[in-house]
Amino acid sequence: MNCIIIDDEQTARAIISQLCSETNDLNVVEEFSNALQAIKYLNQHEIDLIFLDIHMPDFTGFDFIETLKKPPKIILTTSDYHFAIQAFEYECIVDYLLKPVTPERFKKAIHKVAGEINILNNKDGVQNFDSNSAHDLYVNIDRRLIKIDIQKICLVEAKGDYINIKTETDSFRVHSSLKKIKEKLPEQLFVKVHRSFIINIEKIIDIEDNSVLINKDVIPVSRSNRSDLMKRLNLL
Amino acid sequence: MRVRRFTLLLRNNMEQPNISYIQSMSGGDKNFEKKLLDIIKLEFPTEIQAYYNSMRIKNFNDASEIVHKIKHKISILGLEENYRDAKAFEHGLRKGDVALQSNFETTLMIITDFLKNFK
Repeated sequence: MNCIIIDDEQTARAIISQLCSETNDLNVVEEFSNALQAIKYLNQHEIDLIFLDIHMPDFTGFDFIETLKKPPKIILTTSDYHFAIQAFEYECIVDYLLKPVTPERFKKAIHKVAGEINILNNKDGVQNFDSNSAHDLYVNIDRRLIKIDIQKICLVEAKGDYINIKTETDSFRVHSSLKKIKEKLPEQLFVKVHRSFIINIEKIIDIEDNSVLINKDVIPVSRSNRSDLMKRLNLL
Repeated sequence: MRVRRFTLLLRNNMEQPNISYIQSMSGGDKNFEKKLLDIIKLEFPTEIQAYYNSMRIKNFNDASEIVHKIKHKISILGLEENYRDAKAFEHGLRKGDVALQSNFETTLMIITDFLKNFK
């Protein structure tokens, strides 16, 4: 899903852009500090979603929407809750995010958009089932959907355009990305410990310095991910 | 001297900025935390300059627009009470009400100090 961000505040754009980078299937193709630049861009490009600030000098978010003949889906971002009623008048507005936007609220908004434009049909190897409740993950290998018991996954390793899903007994090479599979795995069980590795916390044997032992594999733990991992452990 | 001492006392008793929100956003990504703080350090002085310029010429509408932008940064830096005050000040300014000016400007000083000292 391609999106653009329109906000006169660079800080706000950086926050939305960061949240998008953490979200599966969401690419920020352009950012604009004013709505007029965005109109020019939209005359030549088709996009799926706009993150739009309402409160901008000269040309407000609502003025902007009025100029669009066929507006894409829009998520409003604002510090003012009192525009919410006005927002309901526009069919293209899917959600209304109050600043500062939290990751949890952002996720909900994206789910709403996904529901509306049905973009959750994954085109890659990892099939999209209800990731919160499913016990199994289906992966596409040589045109066969193979079922993997999620609880049995020890780790996932990114290797170029592929990922290796390792269970205690098997290894599956799937055309997908770490970011995509992370969305399908239960958060309480899996944690990203390195840009190339996601591990199952329950499969940890020990942790030493900047590495973790899982089965017979020694997995590196990056400095930026270490605190996240430590928070998840039941430490004495 | 007495006014300065009073301002310092007031500042010491007010909420202090923090980066909890930024950390909750970054998921441990220190590069992002630094990037965001650098952007705030870049934008904030320009915004407060624009605010003081508008206040000097009593253009309260423009000042209100700038307070609107600044208040987002106030909330990002975890200053919840000051955020509420800034919101009230923003709305007051639209009617020419400057009752919360000194309170708001103290918040600006607190943030300026925080950003200056934050490595």
